[in-house]
Amino acid sequence: MFLSRTSREKIIRRLFFVIAFVSIGTLFLIFLFLVLEGLPIFKEVSVAQFIGGHYWYPTSDPPDFGIFPLILASLAVTVLSAAISIPLGVMTAIYLAEIASRRFREIAKPVIELLASLPSVVIGFFGMVVVAPFLQETFNLGTGLNLFNAALMLAFMSVPTICSISEDAIYSVPKELKEASLALGATRLETIVKVVLPASISGISTAVILGLSRAIGETMVVLMVAGGAAMIPGSIFDPVRPLPASIAAEMAEAPFRGSHYHALFATGIVLFLFTFCFNLIADQIAHKYQQTGAATL
Amino acid sequence: MNKNIKVSTKNLDFYYGSSQALYDVSLTFPSNRVTALIGPSGCGKSTFLRCFNRMNDLIPGSRMTGEILFDGQNINQPSVDVVTLRSRIGMVFQKPNPFPKTIFENVAYGLRVNGIRDRESIQERVEESLKWAALWEEVKDRLHTSALGLSGGQQQRLCIARALAVKPEILLMDEPASALDPIATQKIEELIHELKKDLTILIVTHNMQQAGRVSDFTAFFYMGKLVESNETQKIFTRPRLKQTEDYITGRFG
Repeated sequence: MFLSRTSREKIIRRLFFVIAFVSIGTLFLIFLFLVLEGLPIFKEVSVAQFIGGHYWYPTSDPPDFGIFPLILASLAVTVLSAAISIPLGVMTAIYLAEIASRRFREIAKPVIELLASLPSVVIGFFGMVVVAPFLQETFNLGTGLNLFNAALMLAFMSVPTICSISEDAIYSVPKELKEASLALGATRLETIVKVVLPASISGISTAVILGLSRAIGETMVVLMVAGGAAMIPGSIFDPVRPLPASIAAEMAEAPFRGSHYHALFATGIVLFLFTFCFNLIADQIAHKYQQTGAATL
Repeated sequence: MNKNIKVSTKNLDFYYGSSQALYDVSLTFPSNRVTALIGPSGCGKSTFLRCFNRMNDLIPGSRMTGEILFDGQNINQPSVDVVTLRSRIGMVFQKPNPFPKTIFENVAYGLRVNGIRDRESIQERVEESLKWAALWEEVKDRLHTSALGLSGGQQQRLCIARALAVKPEILLMDEPASALDPIATQKIEELIHELKKDLTILIVTHNMQQAGRVSDFTAFFYMGKLVESNETQKIFTRPRLKQTEDYITGRFG
């Protein structure tokens, strides 16, 4: 080799720097692009009108750019799916970590993790052809493609994440703590509720937030099963149009650099802020409770 | 039945799956006395200790035959309510294992799970237990701070206080001082002397001097069998068997 070892070292270091810079820089540019393409809409409508407006008619004349129904739809779908997925996921995790036999756990855990890799379009398809007709007939609805269906499908998507990460957290609670509780005359249930869950709360919270952030940003499922009506839902069986579904459905037909186009990018900014907050909260919780699990010397 | 015998075992065998850990152990434990269980690592003394509060039940595939008579009642049978049993037989573990809760909540935990709801009586019992465990003076000003902020020795005394709060009749101690420094160890040993006025104590220890200092009776285990048991003074000065003498004097084990 012509190069000395130190100059080779320098070249390698620069190479890594360039690679790291490219990947981080690209992400930043995408973010910049999102902001630059979204901001022009606020020349036409105020931020308050955009966020708080009740009507989303981007193609009528004059158009209405109020994404309040879309925000509400996203929140409603997420909250409802959380109400389904958190109890299901956490209770399954408790069962696997604390109650099930070791052999069952060793089979069930990978299976659940495998479910997390189901493509969302498959879940959406299932919601469309199986769940929607069922809902329509059972509850005698106009359409089975609605808020409840979307929440149910999103819950299916978040349960594996919530369950798997919570299970890790619960399983890693030191055996000594459980024994201490049982030795004091606590039942198994009391031990789980009063010792195991509090000791693993940071892991469980992280699991919940990660599961929910998957649900709030999810596009394909809500596009397929939420029903697509941009209106404020009156009941959980009304069709809705969450933020990502709106962007995905309309982007192709929005005239390039027209106000509809800018409005969709602005919708993207709002969605980004939502998921960003979720991740920030997850981070905070994970840090805050980091130490509580370790109680032995 | 001898009134002074608190608990005894008869022909106790214990198996982890197919491997036998205890062979035909018959031993008696007098009331208000400290009995030390000694022997080399893996001799079964901890397993034996954990038979009394049925802690071994938690290990899948474990099996126990024979009798354990606690106040005349055999507690090695399926009909025994293990949860109630454990509130009558307290346990202190090798490593201090306080809950990640406040000092107060650690002691109150056992009271709450045993159905005591009244706030005042909980407060009284917590104070009483901490005093009993000689920890009150050190923690009375920070009862509502995390127990994990205490030193190792304090944590262990907190665990003793936690066990005492439930008012057990027997206290099982599994090498309670092995993770502690000499000063903390001394405090625990003094505490054991105080406690035997009210309780029957079984203590597993690797430390011969400790067994000599704290116990009234000593039982020597080897390879899952009870080799010799007698008053501590006798076993340390005139052991019957050569094997016991070799172990106590440090020639093997």
